[in-house]
Amino acid sequence: MNLTPAARQTLLRAGGFIVGLVVLLVVLNAWTHGDFLRPFNVSNVLKQIAVYAVLAVGQTFVIITAGIDLSVGSLIALTGVLMAGVMVGEPIAAVGLLVAIGVGVGAGGVAGAVNGLPVVRFNLPPFITTLAMMLMARGLAFMYSGGRPIEIDNAAFNAIGGGTLFPGLGHLIGLPGIPAPVLVMLAVVIAGHFVLTRTRFGRYVYAIGGNEEAARLSGINVAGVKMGVYIISGALAGLASLLLAGRLSTGIPQSGSGYELQSIAAVVVGGTSLMGGRGSIVGTFVGALLIGVLNNLMNLLNVQSYAQEVVLGAVILIAVLLDELRKRYFASR
Amino acid sequence: MRGISKTYPGVHALDGVSFDVRAGEVHALVGENGAGKSTLMKILAGATPPDAGTIEIRGQAVNIRTPRDAERLGVAIIYQEFNLVPGLDVAANIVLGREPNRAGVIDARALDEQVLSVLKRLGLDLPLRAEIRTLAVAQQQQTEIAKALSVNARLIVMDEPSAALTPDEVDKLFVVIRKLRSDGVGIVYISHRIDEIFTIADRITVLRDGKLVETGAASSYKADDVIRLMVGRPLSAHFPTLPAPTQTTPRFAVRELRVPRRDFGVTFEVRPGEIFGLAGLVGSGRTSLLRAVCGADVPAGGTVELDGVTLRIRGPSDAISAGLAFVTEDRKAQGLVLGMSVRENVTLPHLARFVRLLMVDRREETTAVQKLSDELRIRTPSLEQLARNLSGGNQQKVVLAKWLLETAKVICFDEPTRGIDVGAKAEIYELIARLAAGGVAIVMASSELPEVLGMSTRIGVMRGGRIVKVFDRAEATQENVIRYATGTVAA
Repeated sequence: MNLTPAARQTLLRAGGFIVGLVVLLVVLNAWTHGDFLRPFNVSNVLKQIAVYAVLAVGQTFVIITAGIDLSVGSLIALTGVLMAGVMVGEPIAAVGLLVAIGVGVGAGGVAGAVNGLPVVRFNLPPFITTLAMMLMARGLAFMYSGGRPIEIDNAAFNAIGGGTLFPGLGHLIGLPGIPAPVLVMLAVVIAGHFVLTRTRFGRYVYAIGGNEEAARLSGINVAGVKMGVYIISGALAGLASLLLAGRLSTGIPQSGSGYELQSIAAVVVGGTSLMGGRGSIVGTFVGALLIGVLNNLMNLLNVQSYAQEVVLGAVILIAVLLDELRKRYFASR
Repeated sequence: MRGISKTYPGVHALDGVSFDVRAGEVHALVGENGAGKSTLMKILAGATPPDAGTIEIRGQAVNIRTPRDAERLGVAIIYQEFNLVPGLDVAANIVLGREPNRAGVIDARALDEQVLSVLKRLGLDLPLRAEIRTLAVAQQQQTEIAKALSVNARLIVMDEPSAALTPDEVDKLFVVIRKLRSDGVGIVYISHRIDEIFTIADRITVLRDGKLVETGAASSYKADDVIRLMVGRPLSAHFPTLPAPTQTTPRFAVRELRVPRRDFGVTFEVRPGEIFGLAGLVGSGRTSLLRAVCGADVPAGGTVELDGVTLRIRGPSDAISAGLAFVTEDRKAQGLVLGMSVRENVTLPHLARFVRLLMVDRREETTAVQKLSDELRIRTPSLEQLARNLSGGNQQKVVLAKWLLETAKVICFDEPTRGIDVGAKAEIYELIARLAAGGVAIVMASSELPEVLGMSTRIGVMRGGRIVKVFDRAEATQENVIRYATGTVAA
């Protein structure tokens, strides 16, 4: 084959990755006596990572611009109770559903704009503005709900978080259907990947993370793009909240705690640089998958839950370390 | 260093190069960008290992694996980008990592004594308590030299030490270098400025394409010989013939434009096809003026007119859409996204042009960029190569390509050839002349006087933020430009 060295290297990397993945899956499957790759379990893992993965897509946008969004966990709680709240007493289910989604995603987006504005206007570090939002959103969630969970009796809403679609397809593999949150997650991942790799906005996101001054002097509206990534991250937190609240049929002010770190973990395990300018949604999805698989595996193998956290932390460290070594290996060739 | 070889993917960076430095001599290392100077020095510094070859210091074969090894063996490198901590003061930087201390507590008096004795040896007078970030480039460089000496370096490598200095500061640098030489320190002096080499060097080594071309006593060469050895061909006409502007109506007029934090305006006009050169010492305000003209900084007042129409410029995007391009002085910090490909860098200012149904059409991008890349002779294995992996001259061409993708009416160049080799320089000069011939109005700021004199149809001399004198090409000489730039004549 007549390939450029760069293309050959990419193929080599991708090929190595896929072979490694297949070997790993086969080994894990054998280790769990075949439980791991059963359709029910695979569907379960995907369902579990859906919320994290949706958050992590937004987080990837922010991190590629060399920012960070610590507020997404709290935003899950805030948008969750808001959505549950607006549906209480709404007689027409369809109206309640649409209003709730609008309020949840909209409130998330507004919170994202509040995160972004001081960053682009006064050059405040995003770590600070989103940390402030993390505290405020959590507090507002408690204030709005009076500290109590708000039940959701809208069947359509709950179906998005907990229901299944395409029963025919599901029966083929012995399941009631494809879980709706998994479909939402896949849609978000594909859309995110498309925006980041194919659109002007996506190109600008990389350019700003790679060299903000060069981007500005090239006529890019740096403030607008940065606002955009924080709004996307906030809105996706609203969407993730829809999945979580729907699954639990409740808006819970305590929910989402620590999810911001889970999403950041998925992004960095997926090979995105915290320094900005480099990364991908596909990587993030693989990162979220890896963390989800690991959690699932430890459950299947009956690992004690305290020990699970230790293992998870260690694996994140090792994954990022391996990625760094891999990069050095390819850079030195 | 004997028989040093190093291969990078697709490139023989060095091919069996041998190089030696004697105690108490200044050995100039010259060559075009990509000739292997930097690689050779990186190997000596322990920043990258050689594939083959040996290094001896005072007759002993040594193994330099890390920068620490190099330091221990008395080798110090002063890079173009200084290795100083901007928030610490001069004294702290000089002894960084070797602070005299008692049980971890720094002995301030011993520290100052140590620093002062080093400065005395060099005949330098630096403010010990001044933070590095507050100092001028020349003083930062002096701090680097003092730091090198304080680790007892017996061999100091200086990479383009004069690039950011004024002629006056270069002279002071030479005084320091001569002092080091008389102390028995060996010095490797890497520079693109051929004239300097003859002022300071005892011997000259020329590298080309990773191979040693020649080593010999400086007195046995003339400048033209060295240039010929560097490029491998005689370089007769250094500057191209410039077009004579035909029209008299200005294409571009700057009126009473106030640079931020200045309380006066600057006025000048450029006709189509004219190259207006801005000369002046470092700090004379050339860059600030260009930045305000091109919208990189928002001016505090005044107007910019293009073809008689006053422009509203509130930022770079306004300038770009009006047809103003700005080629900045620092390609790594302001011109390129190093982690992006050549293709992505070139299309950045005009990406909207390639969008079809929300998507960026990469095939169209590639077609357009390939055409420019061929025209400018950008040497890269592919358009997908990351900008970071190109040599300085090729990086500069990528920056130029960014602004040639769409037809600009006015192009402002700030130091268009800084830090690039003779061959690439000539190509860029030709390109600028060609653009002017096509009717573009060009403003070109440069700290290299020969460049301004050779490449401008008119020359504005700057001092203290003002254009103090405008010369026609015919009346401008090195002497009278310097006289106005330094203020030795009343403007």
